[in-house]
Amino acid sequence: MKLTFSDEAEAFRQKIASWLAENLGGEFAELRGRGGPGDEHSLVSERKAWEARLHAGGWTGIGWPKNEGGQGASLEQQVIFHEEYARAGGPGRMGHIGETLVGPTLIAFGSEAQKRRFLPGILQGLVFWCQGYSEPNAGSDLANVKTRATFHAERNEWTLSGQKVWTSLAHESQYCFVLARTDPTSVGHKGLGFFLVNLQQAGVVVRPIEQLTGTCEFNEVFFDEAVCADADRVGAVDGGWQVAMGLLGFERGASTLGQQMLFKNELADIIRHAKRNGAARDPMLRQRIADAEIGLRIMRANSLRMLSGSSDGSLQKEAMIYKLYWATWHRNLGKLAMDVLGAESEIVEQAPYGLSRLQAMYLFSRADTIYGGTNQIQRNIIAERALGMPREPRG
Amino acid sequence: MIRDTAASFLAEVSSPAAVRAAMVRAEGHDQQAWQRICDEMVWQALHIPESYGGMGLGYVELIALLEQMGRFLFCSPFYATVCLGANALLVAGTESQKTTYLPKIVAGSTATLAYTGSNGGWGADSIELIVAPHNGGVVLNGKCRYVPDGASAEILVVAARSKGSHGMSGVSLFVLPQETAGLTRSWLPTMDQTRRQAELVFDNVQLDSDAIMCEPGAAWPLLEKIIDLATVAIVADQVGCAQQSLDMTVSYVLQRVQFGRVIGSYQAVKHKCADMMVKAESARSALYYAACIAAEALVDGELGADLASAASAAKACGSDACFFNTGTAIQLHGGVGFTAEYDVQLYFKRAKSSETFLGDSAYHRERLAQRLLDEGAGDEINL
Repeated sequence: MKLTFSDEAEAFRQKIASWLAENLGGEFAELRGRGGPGDEHSLVSERKAWEARLHAGGWTGIGWPKNEGGQGASLEQQVIFHEEYARAGGPGRMGHIGETLVGPTLIAFGSEAQKRRFLPGILQGLVFWCQGYSEPNAGSDLANVKTRATFHAERNEWTLSGQKVWTSLAHESQYCFVLARTDPTSVGHKGLGFFLVNLQQAGVVVRPIEQLTGTCEFNEVFFDEAVCADADRVGAVDGGWQVAMGLLGFERGASTLGQQMLFKNELADIIRHAKRNGAARDPMLRQRIADAEIGLRIMRANSLRMLSGSSDGSLQKEAMIYKLYWATWHRNLGKLAMDVLGAESEIVEQAPYGLSRLQAMYLFSRADTIYGGTNQIQRNIIAERALGMPREPRG
Repeated sequence: MIRDTAASFLAEVSSPAAVRAAMVRAEGHDQQAWQRICDEMVWQALHIPESYGGMGLGYVELIALLEQMGRFLFCSPFYATVCLGANALLVAGTESQKTTYLPKIVAGSTATLAYTGSNGGWGADSIELIVAPHNGGVVLNGKCRYVPDGASAEILVVAARSKGSHGMSGVSLFVLPQETAGLTRSWLPTMDQTRRQAELVFDNVQLDSDAIMCEPGAAWPLLEKIIDLATVAIVADQVGCAQQSLDMTVSYVLQRVQFGRVIGSYQAVKHKCADMMVKAESARSALYYAACIAAEALVDGELGADLASAASAAKACGSDACFFNTGTAIQLHGGVGFTAEYDVQLYFKRAKSSETFLGDSAYHRERLAQRLLDEGAGDEINL
């Protein structure tokens, strides 16, 4: 396990750190520390403008290959970028889905025309995307997608009908990538297509879902004969599942150290409160605060293991435990924050329901162990893929 | 590399049958296996610098070896000799003590460290043995307990404090051979039979000044470093135990059939196994990090400053993981897990002794809490 980065990488760190120090001020100063998980609904147009500023600085698509318009940064440099971005309080990225999901998918599976058409808008921070996977009856069981895609040969286009749900930031996005059933007689992961759908059309209705935090980051997206040109289908007509699964392979842990930086700031905040209100003298809370720090140390060590691990692209054991580990840790941190604050934890910052940062974190962390694969699904994945135990019988 | 070599050698000399034979012997280990380690594998010399006749490899390699020893429940004086005795000499020994004793360890002599008194604690307060000046040397009176391989070790490093001193002040370290007048050593029978503990009673034990290891009365910072290095090493054993408990359990639940299916196909069982893997892998991550830091600390590198925190984090996590995994192994084995015949019980017992030794997870969390929360702690979290 390597504990330090190369000199070259450290020089890169200096470069991004000083660029952020120069640019995350003035009109963008209010964005510091905003727009992360639980706060994604905030300052949307300002954060979109920030994406364009990132592009002007050459900081979008850093992990994409150079011949696709990216920066061709090494994994080490990407890690450093995310770490410094988080350290500087860089705002939650509006371009996140386009840059980390759509771009790599098009680069791997898209046609030249699709790449020419969609990649520049993502890089320039001008076109924003959302992910149309989950449906009311396709949550953990994603292959149960029911949204229908029907081909019209005479127009060489598809129409999509159905409903997507938990679509983050759909109301702020122009495009959605949609997994839809191209073969109505198919079941499971066969007979699915992968479509790039323009949301700004008559056949699409986006309805925000109010969360237990009182805010809206997720949406329901209704498709009623929404149109998608055949040229905007990625992969084979019945090859959408392979495209969707290919996406999962793109996550190599580049953003984990950045995520941990945010976690560290939250824990530091809790420790400040504990010292202020005397909770730091409570033996039980001391144990839990120390335990939170241990978890943070484990996540960092785990990431360093991931990054120094074999480069053959296979998912290492330490990568397989990461989601379950961080989600559970963060949910516990939310509870710890409230317990440290005691009676004060009940009082919201602003009437009628303006939650403090820690309150929002406490409530939002209940989603951490659900989205992106619930803890239960994560345990199935670990048991089946890492430990070789039998799959659940499926209906 | 070393991991594979260690695994194949230990599979031979530390099979379940060999462990069960060794653990009921008076000395607690197979003398022939220990001899082969000293002669053929030369593991006892692994991280001792070449200038003292050692192999000069690093702490990371040592940790890889110890992880396998935990996995195979290896019964031997290895841990006490290398992770307590040799580390103590490396960190706190004078040049002449190092030249005297380290080559002996390389040649196969056993060693250990004794510091805890009857109170059974693991911090500075636990030292009860009293030292007083005497004829240009010192005299020791009192007792050390819970000393790993203390009844058989040939070289002893002991901590003592001056009368009336408390905590971190007044602590001194000494190195002495086993045949020292006034020293009585007795075996303390233990619940975990794969390790031996002893009580050392000092009755007017007189030592010459050449037995004094570092600055008298100011040895605590060095002793603390020795303890932290030893703590990282015991976590390696815990990780090996935790991993082997998981492996044995997965293999058992994939052949045990109930209700017409292997029980490993039920989510209630699979999810427990997944949790065991999370525990083992997270402890392993904490361990590997701590091993890198320990290697730095041994050469007084800058990153070594994090040793105390890294060791405590690893021990808290390793103890929890090892207890959880060995306990869950018994649960998932069902009735047979409770029998003497199945090996899971041996791991469960070793887990408890590893957990207690050098402080349990609550002790190490509190140690971290002091750094985070008490007087002098800054607002920054340093990772």
